[in-house]
Amino acid sequence: MTLDFLTLLTFLPMIGAGVVIVLPRSQKNLARLVALAFSVVVLGMAIALFAAYSSGTCPEGNLPQEMRTAAANAPFTFACQHVAEFFPLLNSKWHVGVDGLSVAMILLAAILTPLSILISFEVTDHVHEHMALFLFLEMGVIGLFVALDLLIFFIFWEIGLVPMYFLINYWGGKDRQYASFKFFLYTMAGSLGLLLSLQLIGVMAGTMDIPTLLATFPRGLNAAGQPLAFPFSADLSLVKALIFAAFFVAFAVKVPIFPFHTWLPDAHTEAPTAGSMLLAGILLKLGAYGFLRLVVPLFPAEAQAFAPFLAALAVGGIIFGALAAWGMNDFKRLVAYSSVNHMGFVVLGIAAFAAVYNSLLTGATFENDEIVRRSVTMATNGAILQMFTHGLSSAGMFLLVGALYHKAHTRDLREFGGLFALAPVYGGLLLFTSMASLGLPGLAGFVSEFQVVAGSWWIFPFWVAVAMIGLFLTGAYILKSIRAVLYGPTNPHWRGHALEIEFREVLALSPLVVLILITGLYPNWIVEIINQTVTRLLGS
Amino acid sequence: MDWLNANFLPWLIPLPPFIAFAAIVLVAGRSRAATQIIALSAMAITWLLSFLLVLRAFAISDLGKYSRGIFGSSLSDILGGSGWLVNGTGNGALNMGVAVDPLSAVMLFMVPLVMMMIFIYSLGYMANAERQARFFAYMSLFAGAMLTLVVADNLLLLFIGWEVMGLCSYLLIGFWYDRAPQQEVDGVAPYQAAMKAFMTTRAADVIMLIGIAYLWAMTGTLNFREIFFDEATLERLATTPAVGGFLGLSAAGLIGICIVIGTVGKSAQFPLHIWLPDAMKGPTPVSAMIHAAAMVSAGVYLIIRMFPVLSAGANIEEGLLSAPMVFMAVVGGFTAIFAASIAVAQNDIKKVLAYSTISQLGFMVAALGVGGFAAAFFHLITHAFFKALLFLGSGSVIHGMEHGHHVAHGHHGHGHEAAHAEDDHAEQAHAEHAHAEGDHKAHGAVFDPQDMRNMGGLIRTMPVTAVTFIIGGLALAGAPLITAGFWSKDEILLEAWHLMGKNPIGLLVLALLALAAVLTTLYTFRQIWLVFFGEPRTEAARYAQHYNPARGEGRDEAFNSATMTIPLIVLAFFAIFAGFVGVNPSFPIVGPLLSALGVEKPLILYIKNALLEPPPLPDFNILPVLLSFAIFGVGVYAGYMLYARRPYALGQADPIERVIGAEAYRVLANKYYIDELYERAFVKPMQRIADGYSRVVDRGIIDGILHLIAAAAGRIGDVMREFNRVVIDGVGDGIPEAIGDAARSLRPVQTGRVQQYLLFSLSAALVVGANLVFLAALPSLVVPALLVQGGIVIVLVLFFSSSGAQATGSGD
Repeated sequence: MTLDFLTLLTFLPMIGAGVVIVLPRSQKNLARLVALAFSVVVLGMAIALFAAYSSGTCPEGNLPQEMRTAAANAPFTFACQHVAEFFPLLNSKWHVGVDGLSVAMILLAAILTPLSILISFEVTDHVHEHMALFLFLEMGVIGLFVALDLLIFFIFWEIGLVPMYFLINYWGGKDRQYASFKFFLYTMAGSLGLLLSLQLIGVMAGTMDIPTLLATFPRGLNAAGQPLAFPFSADLSLVKALIFAAFFVAFAVKVPIFPFHTWLPDAHTEAPTAGSMLLAGILLKLGAYGFLRLVVPLFPAEAQAFAPFLAALAVGGIIFGALAAWGMNDFKRLVAYSSVNHMGFVVLGIAAFAAVYNSLLTGATFENDEIVRRSVTMATNGAILQMFTHGLSSAGMFLLVGALYHKAHTRDLREFGGLFALAPVYGGLLLFTSMASLGLPGLAGFVSEFQVVAGSWWIFPFWVAVAMIGLFLTGAYILKSIRAVLYGPTNPHWRGHALEIEFREVLALSPLVVLILITGLYPNWIVEIINQTVTRLLGS
Repeated sequence: MDWLNANFLPWLIPLPPFIAFAAIVLVAGRSRAATQIIALSAMAITWLLSFLLVLRAFAISDLGKYSRGIFGSSLSDILGGSGWLVNGTGNGALNMGVAVDPLSAVMLFMVPLVMMMIFIYSLGYMANAERQARFFAYMSLFAGAMLTLVVADNLLLLFIGWEVMGLCSYLLIGFWYDRAPQQEVDGVAPYQAAMKAFMTTRAADVIMLIGIAYLWAMTGTLNFREIFFDEATLERLATTPAVGGFLGLSAAGLIGICIVIGTVGKSAQFPLHIWLPDAMKGPTPVSAMIHAAAMVSAGVYLIIRMFPVLSAGANIEEGLLSAPMVFMAVVGGFTAIFAASIAVAQNDIKKVLAYSTISQLGFMVAALGVGGFAAAFFHLITHAFFKALLFLGSGSVIHGMEHGHHVAHGHHGHGHEAAHAEDDHAEQAHAEHAHAEGDHKAHGAVFDPQDMRNMGGLIRTMPVTAVTFIIGGLALAGAPLITAGFWSKDEILLEAWHLMGKNPIGLLVLALLALAAVLTTLYTFRQIWLVFFGEPRTEAARYAQHYNPARGEGRDEAFNSATMTIPLIVLAFFAIFAGFVGVNPSFPIVGPLLSALGVEKPLILYIKNALLEPPPLPDFNILPVLLSFAIFGVGVYAGYMLYARRPYALGQADPIERVIGAEAYRVLANKYYIDELYERAFVKPMQRIADGYSRVVDRGIIDGILHLIAAAAGRIGDVMREFNRVVIDGVGDGIPEAIGDAARSLRPVQTGRVQQYLLFSLSAALVVGANLVFLAALPSLVVPALLVQGGIVIVLVLFFSSSGAQATGSGD
């Protein structure tokens, strides 16, 4: 296996984890700094990758001609592709590559990891392991985003799970046992079906290569260009439907799509601050990524049939997530539920995409063809951008919740009040980040929510209209938390307490603040490359 | 790039306040002087730049008439590239840009001017207030957002300004964020008022967002010019049925109604008017900002801007209105009279003005409903001037009353004089005094410096405030010929009059507005009389003034007093003369007179070029003018009979109460109990649902099912294990057996989660590895292999879910 850029990018965090683990036990600060240094190098590489990708200067890679030909009809085109032998018995290869979707997600992961590590400086128990787990997690998610082979994809999918389990289980809060176990079991239960399904696909299609599969599988062909054959004399469409269902459950749990979301508030509430930042910031995106990369493109017909239900579930998440968040008195739980609310918009965009994609693939024209095409492009762009912007704002929110909890040792909103006077900088940052989360125009979240709403309107007018109730309620829970923490008469209990945000925390938050502002004011810096990929996806 | 070129200049106009906001927040916030200098000079630069632009715009009498005849440029003109938000290929991108057409030109004349006055006034008004940095930062952001909205060339940028302004009003209404409800006279804490304002407008905004989304879907653009100056697009919008045939509307109808609902929220029209009166909780300059220069004007500006879409399919000449127009006419007309009737029974000087704002905005919305595009815009401009004047004047009055109260009760030894220096912001003092004095029964009733019943005769001690306030009041009441309000209101009545013969909506609007106008004159007369005339009814009123030179209170006080009175004088000038730009040339005497003076390009002719097909200007008609005279006369007569003829004494029932009866008066004074109704019908039930939701649905139902499955699986796992032991025992050392053994040994270890996990990953790796090899080696045996795998998966799931059930048990 020769070392190419993406492979290096994937495994560098793991090397970092190894280095951190073997550092002397007494050198806690060294472990922290080394971990931070590795993640910053990874960030530098991710930025370089982003720049190279958007300027079209990614290296050709060593993709063999036959794989290139086999994937010619794939709806995604990948850059920086690299292939090496991995598991020939199973037709599985080490195949990595990126497109606009994965580049954006890699950038997000690479931005959030160093910030989480910086926040984790406050952890004093088993520092080495703690730091190593973050780097290990980073490897898992970057590996997943670059993987172009189903088996590799699955391996990284599972790897993404393990460090988070330990982070919650060991460094978590009071109910960490229950929460981590629920998280693990829930995701694992979903993954088992995924494992079975992708083996089935591998057997049926004779390849695990994602671009090849994307080019052939939806057209009912295997890698050799023959019609798909299921060895057992079962109905092919039934098998496909079952595989689709298994894929759906696996990714739906991760997103999470209502009603598979109940692990999330527990996991978030118990996770350490940095764990929550990464869980909300990146891990939830893995599920949505699976939908966009695999579920809809591999099963366009099934996805189209399911799209209206998906839209309904998305709106369910939007409304019930907001309602639940509004009812919370635990600040962190409130923010956790806000993820269900916001990821609902990602799912709504994906539903719009799924509703139309099959027809586009079969070359059908619509009654209002131009409107449908511009709408679905908008919605899909929006779903992807929402993944990015939610990553920024949710990580920021969890950071702020953690910063307060770290000093006040409570998250009960009823015990705060009037802290604006005691911690004005914290208050200002909380206002800003809350408004980003609320989707205030001018900040990042608005752009993606607008895209999803505007794009989905033509496809699901009823559900979009209903979703507006959720958007309204978003305001209710955001204002509730601001009011409970910052406004009202200052609770005399906190006088004399140092609640003001620390410099290290400001340092970790400020990149998010800057990105939220830049993306809100000029979203094209990232939407341009997302749109490239989406336009290709919808145009082919 | 030549930034002073008129095409690029609009970009610079909102910029200085934004920079001021950033500078104050990030750097200068610690210094009072730096804060004031930055905020004021940023506003001054903006004013200057706008003035520069407005001069150039006004010089072109047919600005906007031709498709490219406006000032403006887009983001891609500056940065190159595909615009702001690319979508698909080709020209599908959403661009951001600025444009100055006749509408924005006139707005750019009014908005920065009024804002400048408010900023200068704030200098004195907030002179001794704490959190000055925050105040000027928020105000600057507010100003920047409003100006962004004005220069926007597309609906999305307008919406951005719109929402940022919403945030600023939230922040500023909740400016005294640490006050509790118990500290307030009316029991509403500022933070509550702020949340109410934000949520009420948000309810409207999410519906407006649908309108924007729909408009984009239909047209692929949100640029005003591209939509409004393309007849084919407007035609298509008007003829396509709305999605799902909703209420039989056209697409334009549904889009229009969604957008008008945005205005109903932002401009506080019935039934979303409830936030505006509570918005008085902010410092008084904020009230002026919200009620005159920004926020509520933005709502009306939006529907004026969007008029081509709102009126798509209408033919005003033939009396045919579109659905959004009927909606506007009904909502606006009703709001005008509804709010005016409440204003009559309010005693708080600012509350009266708040309801009068709602009512006047109703005039504008109704005017658009009857096709009075120009009339609505005219009234928007004149109203901004006189309402800003009235609010700043009321702040001056409150300030004076506060001062008078300190002077009057100084000898009581409450330390008022000592406290005076840092206790100068009236609102805060407003409630504090009510409270503090309430504790000292010696003073009798609770003292409220905003209560008009406590005032009287202020014209003697505060003549500048009084005279300017009266000018503002006359403009509001529409005093014939000499005030701006008369000319604009007259124009609206003329529009309704004109439509009356062709469509009953015209008659309805005319009747509602005429009645509302009578009430306007009445409550204005009442306010002016109670505040400025008669005898002072309290000691505070007797000594009310900004500062007392005789008492030698220093030059600072004099300076503060001057910063507060100069803006009043400037605004009073416009409250009189702003009307003459819109006088119908055929108006007897005044029309020809103005033409002779060179004012021959009335506003109305100027702004109609903002539309591709401006609605016809109604011919001059003397009857609505006479109606205006009569309205004013009746109002003044009623006011005189009730308030001036017999002086009102403290403690008496209000004269209106004696006329309409105590019951009816109470209904009015309590604003028809709408707040209470909403609280009971919407807020509380929603809150209850939210509070119970996660307990019942998430924890109860969903997790309940999960835990049930886990428990059941645990049982089945036990049975399976027995089955394994008894039946399959000895058949082979298969993996299920190994897992069963491991399970038996590990089951009791409650804290052994890590070991359990390790066991799991080990066996999973074993299972996966074994099967992969098997599959690869013997592909023909795939079916039995899958069956084996299925069995293994089931066992695994059962094993782990039974552990999960135990973990659940321990977790709870």
